[in-house]
Amino acid sequence: MDALLLSLRLALCVSIILLAGGLPLAYWLAYSNWRGKFLLEAVVALPLVLPPTVLGFYVLLAMGPRGPLGKLWQTFFGHGLAFTFGGLVLASVLYSLPFAVQPLIASFESVDRKLLDASAVLGAGPLKTFWRVILPLSIPGVVTALVLSFAHTMGEFGVVLMVGGNLAGVTRTVSIDIYDHVQSLEYGEANRMALVLLAISFAVLSVVYAVNRQVGRQIGRRLWTPWTAK
Amino acid sequence: MDSVDGEVNAAMLTARVRLERPRAGSSPFELDVSLQVPPGITILFGPSGAGKSTVLDCIAGLARPDAGRIAAGQDVLFDSQAGVNCLPQTRRVAYVFQTLALFPHMSVEENVAYGLDGLPHKERESRVKELLKAFRVDKLRTRRPAEISGGERQRIALARSLVTQPRVLLLDEPLSGLDAELKAAIVDDLRAWNAARQIPILYVTHTRDEVDALGERVIAMDHGRVISEGTPMQVLEAPRRKRLAQSAGFENLLYGTVVDLREADGVMRVRLNASHCEIEVPLGYAAPGDRVHLAIRAGDILLATSQPRDLSARNVIEGRIVAMETRGTLVRARVDCGVEFIVHLTPGAARTLELVEGSRVWLVLKTHSCHLVDE
Repeated sequence: MDALLLSLRLALCVSIILLAGGLPLAYWLAYSNWRGKFLLEAVVALPLVLPPTVLGFYVLLAMGPRGPLGKLWQTFFGHGLAFTFGGLVLASVLYSLPFAVQPLIASFESVDRKLLDASAVLGAGPLKTFWRVILPLSIPGVVTALVLSFAHTMGEFGVVLMVGGNLAGVTRTVSIDIYDHVQSLEYGEANRMALVLLAISFAVLSVVYAVNRQVGRQIGRRLWTPWTAK
Repeated sequence: MDSVDGEVNAAMLTARVRLERPRAGSSPFELDVSLQVPPGITILFGPSGAGKSTVLDCIAGLARPDAGRIAAGQDVLFDSQAGVNCLPQTRRVAYVFQTLALFPHMSVEENVAYGLDGLPHKERESRVKELLKAFRVDKLRTRRPAEISGGERQRIALARSLVTQPRVLLLDEPLSGLDAELKAAIVDDLRAWNAARQIPILYVTHTRDEVDALGERVIAMDHGRVISEGTPMQVLEAPRRKRLAQSAGFENLLYGTVVDLREADGVMRVRLNASHCEIEVPLGYAAPGDRVHLAIRAGDILLATSQPRDLSARNVIEGRIVAMETRGTLVRARVDCGVEFIVHLTPGAARTLELVEGSRVWLVLKTHSCHLVDE
């Protein structure tokens, strides 16, 4: 059960960090006119195509005692970053970045630009426009970003194995625990764990989709009805 | 009129705007206009794509001109030479878009109060109340934009932009899609609101009806230029260009050849192409044999069911009705006289004369209803 709790804790931390960091990043990617924007878009999307081992490998190097991140962490916290929960969170945040940022960009971009113009001519600066207009109209995108980063973190394996190793209670997440049991031919244990994970994942996703649909129905009526002319 | 607003009075909006490529993808014309908008309603009139909305965007600060100067009274909002370019949120220029852009997730009240952050709660409430009342929508306070009618939304968009006490109001075809009566009622409320404040209002439209209905100063634009300005009569009755003549609601555009000039009478005779019709029109810069274009408004043509006599009108043409079509309070008849004319009449007139398709009719045209237009 330790492994399961650890996985849930990890997924929760990662989702919250990704939401907090993803909002400004997605805002910038959605509205900036900078010419080199495509480079950052490519970087954000990288985890989608890289094998988790490649990402995990480089993150591990960076977090190692001689890596820049590892050194920085050492000076602030007095211990290394690799094979700790903190390191796991960091690696998972990078790995799930596109799953949080892309739905946010999509929903920001779908907000009618005229509403932003209207907000500006009514005296609002960019920050007020974001909180009062863009974000409330992007709730479905925010929910999607949260669900996807949570689910993706729950299910990750390769990156965790590379960066976190397999320390019980610290970095042994549920997927690694199952792998362990299978390796030791403890199929019963593996099955129990896998079933619990399956049940929890299904329950969480069902609840989220049901809620999202409910909200969506309200939004459909209240927010997205094509009440503007044509 | 209260004394606080006294200083703001008589603040004329002046805008000189030059923009090389008004909008990416649109036809490559240069926008180059100079406008003076005194307090009260001024109509910016022209066909779609003339650059009207781009001018408004520049004044509001949503688009940046390549060169020019925009000022409201003494306050400079943009000056390319001095390097001044105020942000839209600091210009105090209210702007009602064609789509209105009401915030769909906010109630009517929240929409109207949006521009009032920073004011004490009490004052905010009283101002919102005042504006909702002025535009007769105070009963809709808690509704959302999706739950109210088109005309109500237009009123709320106006209230929302005026609650901030702007010094200029820009309206981009805000009343399109409303029937004439509703439109007039809203404009009356707008005039009443502005009676005490006297801010310049720039009202963009491409329909002649609205120009007639508002009946104030008109600036006509086409292809990124101001082509004429003055009263609706001056701008619309004396078209200087063919393009403007079309957009200004001349349903009949005819081609003809000058037969002879009668300079003493100030007229000339023109034979319409592909017919034997000859009509008398005001004298223009033309010689016999020249090809000319004539514009005649459908509402300026009279219809008779027997040949009229003893008229002052010089042109009586026989023809046959080929089609009749009722559009609201207007009957549109197509009359074949060798060339086809479009004639507008009231349903009552059509009934009394018992006009049907195939009826034989005579068209009566005053000489000065025939406008010569340049190519």
